[in-house]
Amino acid sequence: MSAAKPVHWLPWMLGALLFVLVPVIFSQGFIRLLFAECAIMIVFALSYNLLLGVSGMLSFGHAVYSGFGAYATIHALNWIGRTHMAVPVTLLPLVGGFGGLLAGIVLGFVSTRRSGTAFAMITLGLGELVGACWLMFPKFFGGEGGISGNRTVGAPLFGVPGWNLGSDLQIDYVVGAWCFASIVGIRGLLATPLGRIANAVRDNPERAEFVGYSARQVRWLMLMASSFFAGISGALAALNFEIVSAENVGALRSGEVLLATFIGGIGYFHGPILGAVVFVFFAVALSQWTQAWQLYLGLFFVVLVLRAPGGLAALLEHAGVLLGDVSALRRRARVLGAKAAAALIALCGFILLVEMTYYRTLEATGGSIVRVFWTDIDTGHAGAWALGCLLLTAGVLTFAWLRRQELAAWEPASTSVSVGDAR
Amino acid sequence: MLSSGLTLIFSMMGVLNFAHASFYMLGAYCGYQISQWLGFWPGLVLAPLSVGVCGAAVERYGLRALHTRGPVAELLFTFGLSFVIVELVQMLWGRPPVPYRLPPELDGSLFTVYTVEFPRARGFVMLVAGLILGALALMLRYSRIGMIIQAALSHSKTVETLGHDVPRIHMLVFGGGAALAGLAGAVGGALTVTEPNMGAQIGAILFVVVVVGGMGSLAGAFFASLAIGELDAFAKVIDRSPADLAAALGAPIDPANPLYGLWSLTLSQAAPVLPFLLLVVVLLVRPRGLLGKREDR
Repeated sequence: MSAAKPVHWLPWMLGALLFVLVPVIFSQGFIRLLFAECAIMIVFALSYNLLLGVSGMLSFGHAVYSGFGAYATIHALNWIGRTHMAVPVTLLPLVGGFGGLLAGIVLGFVSTRRSGTAFAMITLGLGELVGACWLMFPKFFGGEGGISGNRTVGAPLFGVPGWNLGSDLQIDYVVGAWCFASIVGIRGLLATPLGRIANAVRDNPERAEFVGYSARQVRWLMLMASSFFAGISGALAALNFEIVSAENVGALRSGEVLLATFIGGIGYFHGPILGAVVFVFFAVALSQWTQAWQLYLGLFFVVLVLRAPGGLAALLEHAGVLLGDVSALRRRARVLGAKAAAALIALCGFILLVEMTYYRTLEATGGSIVRVFWTDIDTGHAGAWALGCLLLTAGVLTFAWLRRQELAAWEPASTSVSVGDAR
Repeated sequence: MLSSGLTLIFSMMGVLNFAHASFYMLGAYCGYQISQWLGFWPGLVLAPLSVGVCGAAVERYGLRALHTRGPVAELLFTFGLSFVIVELVQMLWGRPPVPYRLPPELDGSLFTVYTVEFPRARGFVMLVAGLILGALALMLRYSRIGMIIQAALSHSKTVETLGHDVPRIHMLVFGGGAALAGLAGAVGGALTVTEPNMGAQIGAILFVVVVVGGMGSLAGAFFASLAIGELDAFAKVIDRSPADLAAALGAPIDPANPLYGLWSLTLSQAAPVLPFLLLVVVLLVRPRGLLGKREDR
């Protein structure tokens, strides 16, 4: 079924172009700040989706593999610095990849015996196990402060003097190149028989076993592949930040990658890429404006789990189908517009309330004025609270009413979009 | 004792629930808030009730729609929910711990064993936990309601055919579980520290206890929680390492040995890892847990 499918070159060319151009165009400023983090998160989320989306394994301990990759890299980096080996640091992500792979082989032997929720619990336990280890082995994990390194050591790439990752531009390009290579690698892996069999094991392990494949072995292999790429992402993080600490292996990091991947959409190849970008936007950009970004992110995730389990990628496909069908669009434009407006009103009210509450709780010493939506709002004034409540209730009630009205009209559009195949 | 109570509820509900530890934390904060207004004892009653209502609402408007999509979706939902609850609590009560204390009646010691004083507060907690657990076990095993609940969890279709409203039973069970977690929080928060990540601290151990004891087994969870509590307490006391043992046996390990860091690790240093190690070992040797029933793969 997949052999005859033509390869679409355009998205790949555009993606490559993006990786080349973004660091140059936005030579400083905001986008630049996000670029490397986005690239790291993209690799991490894609590797995670090799488990969750492709093989149907929900893991709560994925940071272990990226963390091992990161520690392997930083130790290798420091070793190069001590011995003055003529090894280009640019190739160190391979070390990270193999570090992650090693962890994947060992831990995967334990965890891939089971599937489904049992697998999820084992990974949770293993994640906590490794996360709790950092206090016990201060030599390897670096204790409280972590381990820092210097990425400018080692031989310059291709022997060109000055190509030693000293500048931000160089590290951006190295991270971008590794990210692109990983994307291509993962895409290639999915096209191999292993990738297809992983789909089969996800959908119907019994049948896959009847055909002659050991479901456990397939899961183990996929976990190894996934941990290899996770290790690469950890290595990129180590090179980018030049410090690795216990946070890199912790449960929080595992949770983050789960959020990012799911938000993007686990049923699509480009889903995790999308999710990683959105997640970094939440974590880096939104956190500069508001204290409550984790609340927004968590709610966003919960709403997606409830209402759009396909993630953002599925929503985009929905929108694409709708835009292509003019008659359906004309029929539903008014309802959709009204729903969007109601949701927006409710959202405004909610954000207003949240921001005011947060401000009162956390920064109450700085007076009662808080800036929300580019206006100063007095949290000491009852009117502001009433406005927030009013917007929220009105929005929610209108939305619920519209939804009931619309349920009948929804059916044709939603059935015309089939659930995406995880490729 | 406290965590064994939590565990029982946790395994009774049949759903793996990340948010359960969050309900525990929510209970502590509700208890604190109500104790500010009305005093400790009304808080002990009202806090579980309000958390229970929250839990029932979560089930009704969230989990119920996900039930048909299988356990992974439920797991993801409760996972996201635990994030949201922690953030909401931080939003309302701030990040530092709140001063939530037991009432003065419970200060002082209950009795003295040799030279060790037994605090009155601990006695109270054990009393509450014992009463609740006993009542729960009796109710589940012997009353008609308990029968229906158990049947609804294991054979929901049959129970539905018999004329019971199974979604409503699920909602009530979830709400009840959340209420009991809230009660545990209202007591436990007052006994220890009430802070936003108290849920996360207990949550991980909770998982270990449930899995080690066996999914869906009340007695297994009870024994597992006792075992893990003892393991933890003993490990923290024994300040010895394999290297010490080797030295005592007459074969000291050279500090220049590359694995010396591993050998010189004392048991008390390794204490935080032991429960998780136990979890992995149990999963390898006996995947269904100590007293768990065989589950269908």
